[in-house]
Amino acid sequence: MEIPYTSETRPDTGLYNAKLGIWLFLASEVMLFGALFSSYILLRTGAPVWPHGRDLGLNVPLATLNTMILIGSSVTILLSWVSLRLHDVKKFRLYMGLTLLCSLGFLVIKYFEYMEKIHHGHLPSFNTFFAIYFTLTGLHGLHVIGGMVVNGYLWGPGLKLWHKDPQRFTNRVEVAGLYWHFVDLVWIFLFPTLYLL
Amino acid sequence: MALVDEHAPHAVGHADDHHELGFWEKYVFSQDHKVIGIQYAFTSLLFLFFGFTLMMFMRWQLAFPGRPLPILGKIFGQTFAPGGIMLPELYNQLGAMHGTIMVFLGIVPLAVGAFGNYLVPLQIGAPDMAFPKLNMASYWTYFIGGVLMLGSFFAPGGAASSGWTSYPPLSNLAGAGQTVWLFGMLALIISSLLGSTNFIVTIVQLRAPGLTWMRLPFFVWAQFVTSFLLLLAFPALQAAAVLQMMDRIFGTSFFLPSGLVVSGQVLEVSGGGSPLLWQHLFWFLAHPEVYVLILPAFGIIAEVIANNTRKPLWGYKSMVYSISFLGFMSFIVWAHHMFMTGMGTVMSTFFQTTTMIISIPSVVVLTALIISLWGGSIRFNTPMLFALAFLPMFAIGGLTGLPLGLAPTDIHLHDTYYVIGHFHYVVAPGTIFAMFAGIYYWFPKLTGRKMSELLGKLHFWSSFLFINGVFMPMFIQGLAGVSRRLYDGGMAYSHAQDVLHWNKVMSMSAWGLALAQLPFIINLFWSMAKGKKVGDNYWDATTLEWAATTSPPLAHGNFAEIPTVVRGPYDYSLPGAPVDFVPQHRG
Amino acid sequence: MQTTNYGLNLYLPEAASTHATQLDNLTALVHWFMLAMFVGWGLFFVYTLFRFRKGRNPVASYEGAKGHFSTYGEAGIVLVEVILLVAFAVPIWANRVNDLPAESEAVVVRVVGEQFAWNVHYPGPDGVFGRTDVKLIQTGTNPLGIDRTDSAAQDDITTINQLHLPVDRKVLIHLSSKDVIHSLYLPQMRVKQDAIPGMVIPIWFEASKVTPEENTLPGCAVGSKCWEIACAQLCGITHYRMRGFYQIHDAAGYEKWLADNAPAPAVMAAPVVPVAPATTEPAPADAPTAGAPTP
Ligand code: HEA
Ligand code: HEA
Ligand code: CUA
Ligand SMILES: [Cu+2]
Repeated sequence: MEIPYTSETRPDTGLYNAKLGIWLFLASEVMLFGALFSSYILLRTGAPVWPHGRDLGLNVPLATLNTMILIGSSVTILLSWVSLRLHDVKKFRLYMGLTLLCSLGFLVIKYFEYMEKIHHGHLPSFNTFFAIYFTLTGLHGLHVIGGMVVNGYLWGPGLKLWHKDPQRFTNRVEVAGLYWHFVDLVWIFLFPTLYLL
Repeated sequence: MALVDEHAPHAVGHADDHHELGFWEKYVFSQDHKVIGIQYAFTSLLFLFFGFTLMMFMRWQLAFPGRPLPILGKIFGQTFAPGGIMLPELYNQLGAMHGTIMVFLGIVPLAVGAFGNYLVPLQIGAPDMAFPKLNMASYWTYFIGGVLMLGSFFAPGGAASSGWTSYPPLSNLAGAGQTVWLFGMLALIISSLLGSTNFIVTIVQLRAPGLTWMRLPFFVWAQFVTSFLLLLAFPALQAAAVLQMMDRIFGTSFFLPSGLVVSGQVLEVSGGGSPLLWQHLFWFLAHPEVYVLILPAFGIIAEVIANNTRKPLWGYKSMVYSISFLGFMSFIVWAHHMFMTGMGTVMSTFFQTTTMIISIPSVVVLTALIISLWGGSIRFNTPMLFALAFLPMFAIGGLTGLPLGLAPTDIHLHDTYYVIGHFHYVVAPGTIFAMFAGIYYWFPKLTGRKMSELLGKLHFWSSFLFINGVFMPMFIQGLAGVSRRLYDGGMAYSHAQDVLHWNKVMSMSAWGLALAQLPFIINLFWSMAKGKKVGDNYWDATTLEWAATTSPPLAHGNFAEIPTVVRGPYDYSLPGAPVDFVPQHRG
Repeated sequence: MQTTNYGLNLYLPEAASTHATQLDNLTALVHWFMLAMFVGWGLFFVYTLFRFRKGRNPVASYEGAKGHFSTYGEAGIVLVEVILLVAFAVPIWANRVNDLPAESEAVVVRVVGEQFAWNVHYPGPDGVFGRTDVKLIQTGTNPLGIDRTDSAAQDDITTINQLHLPVDRKVLIHLSSKDVIHSLYLPQMRVKQDAIPGMVIPIWFEASKVTPEENTLPGCAVGSKCWEIACAQLCGITHYRMRGFYQIHDAAGYEKWLADNAPAPAVMAAPVVPVAPATTEPAPADAPTAGAPTP
């Protein structure tokens, strides 16, 4: 027997299963990063002195660039979903491809930032600031990679489903998009917290 | 993000029910919620049994400190038990792992993974869980977590030994076993997150037509609230685990303050961390977690009581509101575990108050359950006996939570056996009894056979006797001031001398309790093969699981066609009805 | 200790501080409340089981119980809990953590936990604690890292695993830890407080009884009723015998003890000789862990 509401929405809830699923998943993600941010606050308020990210040589320009890139990728993934709604697979591949490029760019830049730190001997064990810096950005990085895997799948092999069941494929892209916006949002909190404040 | 590419192949694969699955797909990597439920059931029962076994070794050391363990002493080897005498190192490992295994690998997977998985889709008239692949994934991540936890015993220096609470700095300084413990916990956390997401979506989306929220069986409500607790509380421990991994692997100091001096040597770390940070993160999970241990039990008890009183639950709505409120409140009481960490008046007043408030919904639920008995026609079969015993047992556990919840009285009782007694009354003769009630009650649905009443009653009465023998004396010891986690059971302390003899009583009872499980284990396996065959609805029950044609094996998809629900969950003894029960889908 | 509070025997240790009875009475009060609930609900429970068993009541009633007695019961419980909080718990706790005595009027002592012993630091006659520095810490000779060159440190008294205090005077303890979390537990004083590294937590109490002669060192072997410092928080392998000893003296006795143990400049650097500090061998603790004062 088919499981209901896998692609069509349930009238009384107005949702299809995966959409509710992703919202719940994101709720728990909010709790995860919420817990880490709270830890950051607790450690910072407990510390006699707290260094400013830029004084410790965090590269604000690069980070700003990265912020732009992520925001851009959020836009492109949205467009890729829109183009599916308009049944334009070519455009979908284009925008989803751009999203992937952006995320790749983000990681490359992050890699150079990390290397810079490590060269200065600023490892996580250096002090509490770098401990939390590497933990938060590292965890965020893992989320980016996770998103890339999913988006890559949808861009490539996953596309098969489009021809079998366009509605469900569109849903998947929407769900992937929701996740990606979240990853973007987390960074938008991380950037000022670590680099500016 | 497994969520995204969910169930497409599944739904396609099973669109036609004749399509046959191979052995592996059917019994091992199954996506059928019933098979997964049974997988959860056996794994978690084995873990329960294992966790119990660890404790039986500890109880020997507590009853006869420094005396070699008879026969079995050998298995721990010379490093941890030279000449069969358990070393404190080993005692601490067993203690920490007993707690971890019982909570995270025993009760939660049994209460949620097994009962929830098997029954929720059936009770809401759904063909399966919303995300069958995810369901399979969560079982196997749980399995991996279990393997890691067991493996940690073989880590250099043995398993985690800083208590199930793993307070740093102690846990930061502990051996490799602690790292394995952290990875194990991560696996278990991920498993719970996948599982709870799945449950919530299933209950919201897949309810049969006509099955409105106030027509849900109370069991489903309990699982619903439980899932939210798991979903939103576990991430805190996830964060804590990540931070402690950083500390242990990358040498950060999240939980290490500056100026630590360990065995005369200044510790070479950057410092600047906070030991209390861990406690806040841990208890933010662990308090909701303890309600995760009890809510499914409430659910099971409610089903069994309604069925065996042959009348509707009294105050069903108030029960539903109570557990929802309880679920919400459980996020803001966590620091009642931390009164002794140097808490000021503002914080302590807040957490004492919330703790007193959260006791009210439990009172409401228990009261409603007891009043539900009034006017019933009570059948004392095995499931009902366990369900009835649950009420006063939970009452003892719950009531003893009150002196712990008031900071001044907690001063003397904190970290004594009083605490141990308190929570074992809620989880052992509480939750475990509820689990037994559930197993006896739904066994006919799983197997089409019933379990032996004789062995069942034997199991009940002996367990009831011994389990009180284990836990009642703990209150006396606790009030006398005997601390928990003492390798020698307190015999070094003069203030413990007067109550020391209870250790032998408790240990004997614990071993007796183990023997009392034999009838159950025999009953379980014997009835599977030889138990009396019974019909689809052996208990004359009203909820939907009994409307599905019984296994073995329940056809995949559960129902020939999805029933339409027309009435509340417990229409027993409806005036004017031909029989004393009217199923939810019968007009 | 077979004392009773409000007619309840709670098996509590002897109560020997000014706030002890206060706490015990609250504990008794709460237990009466619990008992009342348990018996009340229990009787109703047992009666229904008997009254409505299948044999006696073959046909169940669809409506079941009527009336609001449950609401009244629950309202009563809420009321009692409010009273327990407002009238007892909150004020008593405030008194414990807020009404700290002034350093001037109180006997001030530093207690520092370590795996697996209690280090006690008295300021000596000048009432000022000498400077301490973790770099100076030496196991055996200088566990607290006291800088003996500091003038304030000259007269400081340190002991291991034993705490001597006067009766009828407010005591202020600054509690901390060197390594992991411990918990200072003085059963007869009804004092328990976690010792957390990186934090210095103040606790205060006022002993109301002198330790009975037979309960004091020497001869305070296991089994005798000596007054002990216990560690209440899992702190490692020998947590179970991180066991110290404390004695409440009368005023004269306390002065004498201080005088007897004032460090003579000559023997200042002499090594600390703790009597049987906690060790790691598995055998159950039998020897008293109470240590002699360090010269
Ligand atoms: C299932 C698990 C569970 C449940 C339900 C509870 C329920 C409660 N717990 Fe407990 N608790 C634990 C599991 C649980 N606890 C664990 C595991 C620990 C120790 C962790 C560790 O340190 O290792 C702990 C520790 C713990 C502490 C910390 C103690 C300390 O370390 O010093 C406190 C303090 O406030 C507390 C309070 C409470 C309270 C107020 C409730 C309330 O919710 C209870 C409300 C219930 C009632 C008030 C009963 C009312 C019933 C009736 C009136 C019906 C009567 C019926 C008949 C007689 C038939 N608990
Ligand atoms: C869900 C939680 C849970 C459960 C169920 C139990 C169950 C039991 N616990 Fe445990 N316990 C804890 C959670 C739990 N415990 C925790 C968290 C701690 C604190 C650890 C720490 O200090 O960090 C603790 C600590 C603890 C201590 C204190 C140790 C110390 O402080 O030094 C003791 C001492 O007696 C104890 C005893 C027992 C006993 C005798 C049982 C018995 O009730 C067990 C009974 C079990 C059964 C009856 C189930 C048997 C299984 C079957 C019959 C299934 C078999 C079927 C098949 C194999 C198919 N426990
Ligand atoms: Cu120190 Cu336990
Ligand atoms: Cu709690």
